[in-house]
Amino acid sequence: MAESRLPDRATKSLAMSRPGHFRFTEFAIEALIRVLGFSSIGFVLLIFLFLLREGVPVFFEVPLRDLFGTRWYPTFDLFGTLPLILGSLLVTVTAILIALPLGVATAVFVREVAPNWAREILKPMIEVLAGIPSVVLGFFGMTMIAPLIREVLGAPTGLTAFTGAVILAYMSLPTIISVAEDALDAVPKGYRDAALAMGATQWQTIWRVVVPAARSGIVMAVMLGMGRAIGETMAVMMVTGNAARMPLTLDSLFRPVRTMTATVAAEMGEVAQGSVHYHALFGIGIILFVMTFIINLVAATTIFKRRRRGGLR
Amino acid sequence: MPCQLLRFLSGSKCLRCLFVGMLLLAPLWLLTGCGAPQTPAAGEGPNPAQTIENKGSDTLVNLALAWAEAYMALHPEVRISVTGGGSGTGIAAMINGTVDIANASRAMKPEEIAAAEANGITPVEFVVARDAIAVVVHPSNPVDKLTLQQISDIYTGKITNWSQVGGENRPIVLLSRESNSGTYVYFLENVIRLGDKESDLLFSPDTLLMPSSEGISAEVRQNPNAIGYDGLGYVTDDQKVIAVARDASAPYVLPSIDTVNDGSYPISRPLYMYTAGEPVGVVKAYLDWILSEGQGLVSELGFVPLAAEE
Repeated sequence: MAESRLPDRATKSLAMSRPGHFRFTEFAIEALIRVLGFSSIGFVLLIFLFLLREGVPVFFEVPLRDLFGTRWYPTFDLFGTLPLILGSLLVTVTAILIALPLGVATAVFVREVAPNWAREILKPMIEVLAGIPSVVLGFFGMTMIAPLIREVLGAPTGLTAFTGAVILAYMSLPTIISVAEDALDAVPKGYRDAALAMGATQWQTIWRVVVPAARSGIVMAVMLGMGRAIGETMAVMMVTGNAARMPLTLDSLFRPVRTMTATVAAEMGEVAQGSVHYHALFGIGIILFVMTFIINLVAATTIFKRRRRGGLR
Repeated sequence: MPCQLLRFLSGSKCLRCLFVGMLLLAPLWLLTGCGAPQTPAAGEGPNPAQTIENKGSDTLVNLALAWAEAYMALHPEVRISVTGGGSGTGIAAMINGTVDIANASRAMKPEEIAAAEANGITPVEFVVARDAIAVVVHPSNPVDKLTLQQISDIYTGKITNWSQVGGENRPIVLLSRESNSGTYVYFLENVIRLGDKESDLLFSPDTLLMPSSEGISAEVRQNPNAIGYDGLGYVTDDQKVIAVARDASAPYVLPSIDTVNDGSYPISRPLYMYTAGEPVGVVKAYLDWILSEGQGLVSELGFVPLAAEE
């Protein structure tokens, strides 16, 4: 509603002030924007079609039972993607378990507790965090965190799923913090006032009123952070050890894993075009695409629900 | 509604400046966009023979660079560009006709030769040097010699503790290059499978696949549990090289230029260059030089020159 009223008024006043040649410029620019807008949708569709064209053959070339088998030895025609899928899931879920409390706590601090001046410093700092290249983080993880994990936890090697999860948690923090902060920001001031007026302490207000009211936004923050984490490649490839083993035992978190993204990145450069291995890597791409698509879909549904209920709950 | 919004937006002065700017910049972008692909075409056009594109094996890349630099110093009219990426990448590029010489640390596979022939190309093979694969451990590891059979058992996961081969009571962490590396295939066929074509032994699934030689040396330097392998040219002083014996009765031999040349070190292999068809002109001159005077550079980079063996 608000949207439609505003442009009406604006166009009318502009049209009055500049009759004549404005029409053409307007038309050209409008057309340009329309083409640009549609082209980005077109690109996404083309990429998806390309992915399907290159990846779908593998579902016919390799029997489904083998494709979801437990052994990934592409050089010897063993294309079991299960260890890779489980590896990706293990690293991502652990990363989110680490990042969620940290991220939400930071968002609550920045939005609800920190004084204004501290907020002015913290917010840009968090944005900077998002700008650190993943290779740098991977290198940091490889040389600093991995030895630490080996020595402190006594794992045979420091290149483990957990190391990857720590790095990924760090990488998804900025996303989680900024989205969660926006969600907290959207909670009406009246809620806080009402809670405080009823004698709740600041902590009670935050924990019992503000955070639950921003719940859907926080879920969305987690989903977006997860989408970022599952697709990350470089840092993960450097610190997880890339051993395609089934992460089924209890100590798997502190053993090497191989993720889907690292597999594609490591093997794509060498593969013969059009071979089964080539199609299998695109097949992994499809599986990854479907997984991120589901995550984004869940996130989008949450946003949609939030809008419908007027920005709350 | 979106159209009205757009009209509203395009009315604002600041945005219009932006659009005009974009429209002005667009032709520039198109110009550079069209310019880029012309550069290589121009390079091929007037004097095609003066540029040699050389791509492939990461094992060979340092040697190939050294050759290219030395050769360009002797023949300033020739430009040689060397890139790594792996044996498969180089061979694929040679098949697609984007490079003149492909470097490979393994022989071409039958399906690669078939792909080349389907593309109308007959690949020609040159053995340009020899490489020995060194097995390395952390300097603090008391184990200093292993038989091929023991290395095979370690890498297939039969032996999982250093105490089983005379070391401390520590778990063994296996390090390997990525499965696309020529070194990986060579190690698998000649060490893990002990050269037995019928064998279907594989790397243990617990093997850590490192994306680079540097990844292996970094982990071997840090981790007293680790065992790794890599080209002799990449072994640094802070890793301990294991002496290897063909079997329990044979002598344990440390890899060196001498032991590889006389054949007593068991894990060594030829390094190849491939051209699309018999080389002509500058490429031929370059390969001839590599096979003669160029061999002088080979030992400087930790590889083993050919001449000594033939």
